[in-house]
Amino acid sequence: MVTPTTAHELGTMTVALIGNPNVGKSTLFNALAGVRQRVGNYPGVTVDKKIGRMTVGGRNCSLVDLPGTYSLAPRSPDEMVAVDVLLGRRGDVPPLDAVICIIDASNLERNLYLVSQVFELGLPTVVAVNMVDVARQRGLKIDLATLEKRLGVPVVAMQANRRHGVVQLVEALSQIIASPPRTVISPLPEAFTKEVKRLEATLANGHGKGAIPAVPRYLVERLLVDSGEYIETALFKKMPDEKVRQKLRHDVEAARVRLRDDGHPVPAVEPISRYRWIAGVLDGVVQRPRQAPVTISDRIDRVLIHRFWGLAIFVVLMIVVFQSVFAWATYPMGWIDAATALLGGAIEASMPQGPLRSLLVDGMIAGVGGVLVFLPQIFVLFFFLAVLEDCGYMARAAYLMDRLFVPVGLSGKSFVPLLSSFACAIPGIMAARIIEDRRDRLTTILIAPLMSCSARLPVYTVLIAAFIPKEYLFGSWFSLQGLTMAAMYAVGMITAIAVALVLKRTLLRGPTPPLVMELPAYKWPSPSNVLHRMFERGWAFVRRAGTLIVAVSILVWALLYYPHNVEQVEAPLRLERLKIETRLATLGEDDPLQQELQRQLRTLNNRVEAAYVRQSILGNLGQWVEPAVAPLGWDWRIGCAAIASFPAREVVIATLGIIYELGGDVDVDDSQSRTRLMSALRNATWQDSDRPVYNIPVALSLMVFFALCAQCAATLVVMRRETQSWRWPVFTFVYMTTLAYLGALITYQVGIRLIS
Amino acid sequence: MIKLSQLTVGQCGRVDRINDHGPLGTRLMEMGLIPGVELKLVGSAPFGDPLEFDLRGYRLSLRKSEADYVDVAML
Repeated sequence: MVTPTTAHELGTMTVALIGNPNVGKSTLFNALAGVRQRVGNYPGVTVDKKIGRMTVGGRNCSLVDLPGTYSLAPRSPDEMVAVDVLLGRRGDVPPLDAVICIIDASNLERNLYLVSQVFELGLPTVVAVNMVDVARQRGLKIDLATLEKRLGVPVVAMQANRRHGVVQLVEALSQIIASPPRTVISPLPEAFTKEVKRLEATLANGHGKGAIPAVPRYLVERLLVDSGEYIETALFKKMPDEKVRQKLRHDVEAARVRLRDDGHPVPAVEPISRYRWIAGVLDGVVQRPRQAPVTISDRIDRVLIHRFWGLAIFVVLMIVVFQSVFAWATYPMGWIDAATALLGGAIEASMPQGPLRSLLVDGMIAGVGGVLVFLPQIFVLFFFLAVLEDCGYMARAAYLMDRLFVPVGLSGKSFVPLLSSFACAIPGIMAARIIEDRRDRLTTILIAPLMSCSARLPVYTVLIAAFIPKEYLFGSWFSLQGLTMAAMYAVGMITAIAVALVLKRTLLRGPTPPLVMELPAYKWPSPSNVLHRMFERGWAFVRRAGTLIVAVSILVWALLYYPHNVEQVEAPLRLERLKIETRLATLGEDDPLQQELQRQLRTLNNRVEAAYVRQSILGNLGQWVEPAVAPLGWDWRIGCAAIASFPAREVVIATLGIIYELGGDVDVDDSQSRTRLMSALRNATWQDSDRPVYNIPVALSLMVFFALCAQCAATLVVMRRETQSWRWPVFTFVYMTTLAYLGALITYQVGIRLIS
Repeated sequence: MIKLSQLTVGQCGRVDRINDHGPLGTRLMEMGLIPGVELKLVGSAPFGDPLEFDLRGYRLSLRKSEADYVDVAML
């Protein structure tokens, strides 16, 4: 039989790392675990499960990084994760052998609040006092020895970004790790502890009878003191008997009334008692300078939060970030596209024609390329997001923008994710994690795709260039074309605001979450943190979303390929093809007729391609759907292209190219290629008639459709991952497609009446 | 006794009472707004809201609507 001590000696230990946000927890985690870390998922919540490996006292140790928090009073399933891990109530994390509390040396009072709560759990604890250099700069002198004595646990001074103190921390950890559980002395008043014991007894009684699951003491305390109803609801889920619940509720309420009458109202009793304890612990421990020196951080902040300059710098910064995404990401995206084309071309050349070749080239390789092409944008955006977050500016951005978002029902924290979505909704949705409130986060995620992303740009560009006249309003100030472009962006934004308002009043209704946000001191971003974050997000995207996106690409490929009736399509043109090919064979290398005949062959191939699409499942779907899209001014080709663009919006250009017999490689950035598409569009007529399909109202309706539609499988897949359910991506697809349809309908119907 | 949202920039106040007994009040207290603590209004965002305070050695931002729940004595 293995006794507990031997088990400890043999097995892997588990240690948790907890602390306030912005105290250098990630830096410490990286310093302790290095590259040996894995990011996973706690099912049902959006908190990342971050576990690293380290060695403590010669033994293996798992380090669990708990989300940064100011208090262990859980108000949501996300916050409950930390509590459950600490209490050993999660099946996917072993019970803890120790806890590391990392605190900010310049901010001991507020940081010790969390520590005081962690102490109540009775686990072996080490306190790491980080950023001692910053405290020194501020002129603070901290008596760590006394602090250690008063806290009763090892206290280690650290500067995690320079790896100072890490060795000492690990040493302290190895010393306390096998120690017996500490006696917990609660800072809360006697009366409170008595009530807790009473409730505990009642619950234990009920547990003995089998009606109630075991409830650890810490949760009983929380049940008594928390003002929201989260703990109650969470515990009640395991108590099916309504009578039992009623009794419990009654007991808790009665206890609270007694406490209030005793002068210890709930919930205030907890923070008041804890801060009183903190004052006692810190008495004489911290010496502040008489006149607080103005730190560099304060000086920077004065400018960055300044009413005018702060806002101006903020706008400039956002523009720079934005432009950089386009500038830096465009090249790698071009390389990936080129590599995909090269690989596709190589396979095409080396395989016989047939469904397998088409599947590989147009389905799989195009699909994989379609996933990888998002990586540069994700990397660049997350590079900036990580830098801004690490240096402390992110909180300022939320602070500056908050006033604009409150009327919509959101907070300033939604600003950066939504701004990112103007480049690409995928990193924008992933960035929404910084929003703690579940409803706000969900609303932000659901409206992010309405921000006109960079993929819509080719559609706007081609249609505007082809159909909006090059006229100017008010002299040469406003070009009609430019205004139309701006109008398309505006359509997206205004719709997003409307949708957010509606969501916050209906589905996602709830109390406005408070801002109450710390503005951390500025510091240099740590390169390892930034790089870690960047690569972890990119990798998470590829791993989680990648396979699904490729699957969708293959599905759409199949819909565009089959039935691929060779006889039906190629037979009528076989004679013509034979004629051209025989003539070509007879020509010499330099015969000027070569070029002309090659061109004819290409045109023939394009016609064949177009015919295949017309008879494909998707093509038939487009024709079948034509009566539904006719009120929008579309013919079956547009309908088909719109459906085919589901995997990615850019595909609509390529699909239109194929359908109009220009071949599939229409490149919007190449002016010759673009001009050909534009003239093809201008000359397109309705089937069996001379009536042109495209005019200004049709072009506008198509653009409005694209502004509002959800034609991006990748976005929906990422949405699923971030919201942990298919419900929301499906909802988004439905609501956006509906809005897109209605928007296009109104645009066209109003357009043809106004513009004639 | 005035509301925390009524302080002017540069003014200090001492917290007297938190008037919200729900999650907002708890949140404010957890962040250190306990009766007796002193804080200073350092500035406000461009549109006048939210407000930035200096307390217990760090900077806290609160919306005016949140600061309304805190009674302070002017110092």
